[in-house]
Amino acid sequence: MEKFGYAQSQKFDTYASRLMPRKEFFTSGHRSCQGCGEALAVRWVCKAIGEDAIIAHATGCMEIVSSGMPQTAWMHPWIHVAFENTSAVASGIEAALKILARKGKLKGKMPAVVAMGGDGATSDIGLQSLSGAMERGHNFTYVCWDNEAYMNTGIQRSSSTPYGAMTTTSPPGKLSIGQSTQKKNMVAIAVAHGIPYVATANPSYLFDLYFKVRKAIETPGPAYIHVLSVCPTGWRSATDLSVRMGRLAVDTGVFPLYEVENGRYRLTVEVPKLRPVIDYLKPQGRFRHLRAKELDFIQRRTQAQYELLLEKCGASYPEFPVISPEEEGQE
Amino acid sequence: MAAKAHREGMEVSIAVSHAVQLARAEAIAAYPITPQTHIVEHLSSMVANGDLEAEFVNVESEHSAMSACIGMSAAGARTYTATSSQGLALMNEILFITSAMRFPIVMTVANRALSGPLSIWNDHSDIMAARDIGWIQVFVENGQEAFDHSIMAFKIAEDYRVILPTIVNMDGFILTHVVEALEMLDQKTVDKFLPEYHPRFSLDPKRPVTMGAFAMPELFTECKMAHQVALTDAHGPILEIWKEWGKLTGRRYKPVETYRTEGAKVIIMMMGSLAQVAEVAVDAMRDQGIPVGLVKIRLWRPFPFAELRAALAGAELVVVCDRALSLGGAAGPVLAEVRSAMYPLAAKPHILGYTVGLGGRDVQPEVFEDLVQLAQAEVKQGPSQEFYIYGVRG
Repeated sequence: MEKFGYAQSQKFDTYASRLMPRKEFFTSGHRSCQGCGEALAVRWVCKAIGEDAIIAHATGCMEIVSSGMPQTAWMHPWIHVAFENTSAVASGIEAALKILARKGKLKGKMPAVVAMGGDGATSDIGLQSLSGAMERGHNFTYVCWDNEAYMNTGIQRSSSTPYGAMTTTSPPGKLSIGQSTQKKNMVAIAVAHGIPYVATANPSYLFDLYFKVRKAIETPGPAYIHVLSVCPTGWRSATDLSVRMGRLAVDTGVFPLYEVENGRYRLTVEVPKLRPVIDYLKPQGRFRHLRAKELDFIQRRTQAQYELLLEKCGASYPEFPVISPEEEGQE
Repeated sequence: MAAKAHREGMEVSIAVSHAVQLARAEAIAAYPITPQTHIVEHLSSMVANGDLEAEFVNVESEHSAMSACIGMSAAGARTYTATSSQGLALMNEILFITSAMRFPIVMTVANRALSGPLSIWNDHSDIMAARDIGWIQVFVENGQEAFDHSIMAFKIAEDYRVILPTIVNMDGFILTHVVEALEMLDQKTVDKFLPEYHPRFSLDPKRPVTMGAFAMPELFTECKMAHQVALTDAHGPILEIWKEWGKLTGRRYKPVETYRTEGAKVIIMMMGSLAQVAEVAVDAMRDQGIPVGLVKIRLWRPFPFAELRAALAGAELVVVCDRALSLGGAAGPVLAEVRSAMYPLAAKPHILGYTVGLGGRDVQPEVFEDLVQLAQAEVKQGPSQEFYIYGVRG
């Protein structure tokens, strides 16, 4: 596994999928929905973490689909305690490993400590515990599975739900356009803690995801990875389009892929020509009630956010948006 | 033969932190709350000075304190924390999970009233709100007991027949902030009594396990039954460990303690430090020829039914002093427990309950004399209430 760690990755310009580890740590047989982008992300994050790791997982979709007693889909040592405390549990594990190693009670390699949770567990109910763990500087990696709502309980809005999206608690109606607030910027919050490594990722870009996880694991101190996880059930999108949806999120500038190393921003997937946001919104039933006015607002806001990000990255602005729907039809 | 010990005057909180040090706790996660603070302050200073080889994690809340403790214990470290009142209430959700997942964490609860109104002073409303968390729960009545039980708690919790988290309840301020002459033990003696902790299961990549899987209705009841059996079956090992401590130190502890109950027709009951005050009252009443005795519950969970029934045999009137309320309910928690334990018996005493000493209200020996008279009068005319709140002003 180490053969393909982050440092090694820098030597290659191209990767071949057959070089990726074949060993599975998130096994088949779990009960996630058809087309679940999150399960795909978990599978590849677990491969990237490697064998020597301990996982603390928050209550949520990935916990519920994978750990119905007496079965488990997890090949790592894995613990689930509650919804809002997974960072605290991970803090405890990390502290215990340190003292056990110091006392000579821990034999062999120091395992990596990884905490995982959904967007609700991360940006809402677990934000305090995550903030505490990042502030204390535990050597752990936090991975947020962001499917942009409380999907497990039946698609209720979270602070990570994007503007305009329909959920069961942000329904569009005579007086409502759906979610009326903007998605919380968890990456910026993580960066504000001054931790050494923060990144966004998305299982539609497996190699990007894989090496970001490796980098997070190999970085001493806290690391945070925010993974956009396409949810056909909650997004009302076709189950066979999940990987494509993830790509569209990047291609339209809605969910740019970047990393922040010691406060320095860098785009890891550059998109010289962004597609119009409508390409990403249209295949999702959760946005179908939006009118031209709101769509235009989303387009302008996405653009503004993207430009702010590029400013942070010190990169040049892309053309925005350059592919018209007619042009796309000719593709 | 009691082991060599020396007496030393110190604040009880410091004594508890020494007990935790002697127990060689390896991982501590805590959040400050009055009146628990002195314990964790001393522990962090021990860690800072290298006097205790442990990791001290300054978490951002009590909820995270218990959560971090679970992580520590799951990774295989001997784990300790302390809290009070609002802190215990904040960690409430996690307390149930700790015991259900069988992590042998030891916690001191410096008992304090639960808001509102806000009060930092002593009563038992904090722990009674967490009564059903499935932990072993012990009450102590003085500093020496606090020291002793803080060490024994680790051995009980980690015993392979038990493997359950354990709470040592000590009254906030009344115990935590007083200076007492205490008999300390040396490290060698404690090491012999409490060997190094080796968990049966831990989070180990070489032997991966899944902890905290969820249960569908087909399995949930069975999980709860297993927990119930584990907790009630802990009774034997607890007594065994207390007996071993008795041999080691000469200080013998029982699940239900009695004081001058021989021939007593009236029994006063309570838990915690109030018992020391009640002893003074019992002596005074005995001097006046009133056949009064005292019964104190030390082991609150698992509840010692047989010992309690034996201790109350022969009593005509039992006056239960609660330090907490079950608002709108039938009784304070101790009264409810005692009544329900005695109900199946053919011959049972009158059992009356008074809630005293809420939120730091002082309880003097005269209060107990008053309670006995009040209870006797109530029995004569037939109880007018399910339970009574004593000493309400105005």
